[in-house]
Amino acid sequence: MNSWINLTALWKIVVVGLLAGAGLPALFAVGLRALSPARTAESERAQRSRSAATSPVGVTTAVLCFAVVLAAIGWGIYSIVNHS
Amino acid sequence: MSSNDLLMTLVVVTALSFDFTNGFHDTGNAMATSIATGALPPRVAVALSGALNLVGAFLSFSVAATIAGGLVQSHLVTPTVVFAGLVGGILWNLATWYFGIPSSSSHALIGGVIGSTLAAAGGHAVLWHGVVSKVILPAVLSPVIAGAIAAFGTYLVYRLTRGVAQGVRTRGFRVGQIGSASMVSLAHGTNDAQKTMGVITLALIANGSLAAGHKAPAWVIVSCALAISLGTYVGGWRVIRALGKGLVEIDSPQGMAAESASAATILLSSSFGYSLSTTHVATGSILGSGVGRRGAEVRWSVAGRMATAWVLTLPAAGLVGALAYEAAHGIGGTAGVAVIFVVLVACGLGLYLNSRRAPVTAGNVNDEWTGSLAPTPAPVGAAA
Repeated sequence: MNSWINLTALWKIVVVGLLAGAGLPALFAVGLRALSPARTAESERAQRSRSAATSPVGVTTAVLCFAVVLAAIGWGIYSIVNHS
Repeated sequence: MSSNDLLMTLVVVTALSFDFTNGFHDTGNAMATSIATGALPPRVAVALSGALNLVGAFLSFSVAATIAGGLVQSHLVTPTVVFAGLVGGILWNLATWYFGIPSSSSHALIGGVIGSTLAAAGGHAVLWHGVVSKVILPAVLSPVIAGAIAAFGTYLVYRLTRGVAQGVRTRGFRVGQIGSASMVSLAHGTNDAQKTMGVITLALIANGSLAAGHKAPAWVIVSCALAISLGTYVGGWRVIRALGKGLVEIDSPQGMAAESASAATILLSSSFGYSLSTTHVATGSILGSGVGRRGAEVRWSVAGRMATAWVLTLPAAGLVGALAYEAAHGIGGTAGVAVIFVVLVACGLGLYLNSRRAPVTAGNVNDEWTGSLAPTPAPVGAAA
């Protein structure tokens, strides 16, 4: 750390930035994937015969993922109000 | 109306004009990707962004008295210096908008104020250490960091949704994009509206209308919030097109990853006291989202043009700011400021009229990128 650049802040911005900026979209992706039935050639044929239903586990996973994303957005707004 | 009242009115009007250009120049930072991927219709996107900028401007009341704090010796600043700095900022913003280059409005303003301060008081009035550590280094680092985060996010998102049907994925991420773009708009309102509030407050203090260290008065907060949100709503379509279509062919998962990276970088940095340029961060993120997706086309020549403009922003706006100060000071007093104001209006009008010859609007902003900013007119009925 020196007077030109605050390395501690830089380091934190990179790590937390990766968690929030890349982690949250990834979590959103996991949620999306959990909601949509797996699409292999075999299951696609199977789905045509019976209605495609998402498993309860999938729904729970998706709800959890989206809840975490929403909570993070709430935290972001909170940090705007309190910081800048 | 006394001569001093007229001077202060001109300074405030110029500052609000700058705020307006700041708004329409930066609409693309938040909304370019959402418009390009069709997550939001162009008109709806700018309206949403404008509304959120308005809300953002009111979210935080801890407006610092000076934007220039730590950059120039604020006791050497006069209303004319502030005015000349704003002229530099506005002209640079308008010129880059005309060429469809997303350059930083904050840098334009800072450059203009530094230039006019240099002309007015000389080199000792500028705190160069502050300029390097608070402005230049963050400007170099932030697009790289945001770009890396966006690239990583894009990679993860495509990897995780490999098995998901194309339609589901596109629709799902469009929803996510609206959320992340809204966060960027909100953060923009909080950051950038405050810069103009700070400038007007600085001018009021320099004029003796406010005590030093005073917070921005309520009328300043309200008028700045309205100016930036109106500017955002008008929409800088030329910049939106360059960011959303010119830089990278973008899809909704990339869009969401890019906006999330932007929002995270801006919010985190401002909580550490760095007021970053939203433009640099957003451009870096969009570029990163192109790098992170295999097979996506990244137009490095367009990126290079933008980077060149970023390097030029501080000196160019500074030069105009310095010239504006010399001219206003040379003519002297309020008359000098009034003359420069007229010149500024004429320049703005000229650029606007020129832009109408090959306009970019809500209607053609998403047309195929053929290497030029203004889309070549499509045969009737061919383009939406």
